[in-house]
Amino acid sequence: MTRGLFVIKALVFCACLAPFVLLVIRAFGIGDLSLGADPAAELLKTCGMTGLNLLMLTLCVTPIRRSTGINRLVTLRRMLGVFSFCYLALHFVTYVALYIDFDWNMLLEDIGKRPYITVGFAALVMMTPLAATSTNRFQRRLGRRWVKLHRLVYPIAILAVVHYWWQVKIDVGDPLLYAVLLSVLLGVRVAHWRSVERQRRSVDSKATVAPTYRRVEPP
Amino acid sequence: MKRSFEIGIKPSEITPESAFVQRRTLLAAAVACGLLPSALTAVAATIPATGEFSDLSKWPQSTTETPNTFRDITTYNNFYEFGTDKGDPAANAHTLKTSPWSVQVTGEAGKTGTFTLEDILKPHSLEERIYRHRCVEAWSMVIPWVGFPLADLLKRFEPTSKAKYVQFFSLADREQMPGIRYPVLDWPYREGLTIEEATHPLTLATVGLYGKVLPNQSGAPLRIVIPWKYGFKGTKSVVRIHFLDRQPQTSWNMAAPSEYGFYSNVNPNRPHPRWSQARERRLGGSLFAAKTIPTQLFNGYAEQVAELYTGLDLIKNY
Repeated sequence: MTRGLFVIKALVFCACLAPFVLLVIRAFGIGDLSLGADPAAELLKTCGMTGLNLLMLTLCVTPIRRSTGINRLVTLRRMLGVFSFCYLALHFVTYVALYIDFDWNMLLEDIGKRPYITVGFAALVMMTPLAATSTNRFQRRLGRRWVKLHRLVYPIAILAVVHYWWQVKIDVGDPLLYAVLLSVLLGVRVAHWRSVERQRRSVDSKATVAPTYRRVEPP
Repeated sequence: MKRSFEIGIKPSEITPESAFVQRRTLLAAAVACGLLPSALTAVAATIPATGEFSDLSKWPQSTTETPNTFRDITTYNNFYEFGTDKGDPAANAHTLKTSPWSVQVTGEAGKTGTFTLEDILKPHSLEERIYRHRCVEAWSMVIPWVGFPLADLLKRFEPTSKAKYVQFFSLADREQMPGIRYPVLDWPYREGLTIEEATHPLTLATVGLYGKVLPNQSGAPLRIVIPWKYGFKGTKSVVRIHFLDRQPQTSWNMAAPSEYGFYSNVNPNRPHPRWSQARERRLGGSLFAAKTIPTQLFNGYAEQVAELYTGLDLIKNY
């Protein structure tokens, strides 16, 4: 790892940790900061939004890497993704502890009956294996299957934005922004895959011509 | 270092409930003993220029639960005319001009017209009532309001026999209210009650809280408080009262009819389509004091108001 990359990674790590540190400071009321009149709601919202923001940033890495050609950016992807999972897990724990008081029947009822909780919970469940297999060792051991598994991030991101959209009382302006951003991030990938596919096909079609040519070659 | 100065009030500086109650008791005692001129207890209600009501009678039926701090009550508000975040009203409502203020009275009533706030308040005596306040978003507070029964005010307009419902309108002024620019709700904000609900002795025409003039973000200078209904039923910054013979339009019902009905009584058995209403987060204190409590039917005021709804299916008529 080059020195420059190390510095960038350290900076990104600190930036990812900062919202958590700020939450702790506010929760303990240090320096007159506080979580306000509804600390449970503030914690829930901050963790949810930070997790969603980091998830969006995770999805920004690959398009930026492809367009700039700076392939080493890929090392930031894991850190952003794992931090995103941590904030979203804390978001879920906040809900279980401070909204439903560890009432497991209530949890099941909410997951079954309240669509925004259903999709949010599904997204978190799907994210768990991704976080668990984020180590180098798992990546090597799973090989191509790792790549396939981690494509789950696309439906996860869609569910996360839907979860946000459905829980807003009336003003969907902010969720709409996230939906647009996610559409762009997914659209860029679809465009990339299609161009790769087109290249592959043109290579294939040349390849089908080639054997005829080869056949006339002397043995 | 500078921060605490900028914010102005530290949590530790907020008058504790006990001292606040003690002060009122002392004042009452002082009046009773003839230490203070009884003129202080005179009825004519006005909005005091000092910002503090100098004398208030105390409603004997107030809840004994601990009220939330003045700071909590006035920094965590839903008042979309000033923005949709809970902190927006406290940050933006300083642009609201509450004086001069007038209220238009229209519809099925003998005395319609435009009344100044002074005219509206004059004949009434103000009292402090500590009510539970339950938001449809499943959080709640305990608030010492200052006001008088709305029934006493409505009577003065001599509603006719056709006046079966009352509708309330909030101010919707783009100049004073930055949130009006966004069509989140169909402005002006409007709410409605049956005439029986509007004239129920618990329904409060409200002009203050914690013995102080209502801060702008809390719906100054005049708002309605209906303690057994979800908070959004209480119209803030009222500029028009309309008597009519049929169920009036109400803002949240217009925005999402399947989620918000006309009645909107607090009911733990009727979940909001997207969340449960069985419990509520009783706000107050830090994260480590956060707690939820079971929600009570009619927000605990069933004994007083249940008879208004005899024979009415409260699940269908949500």
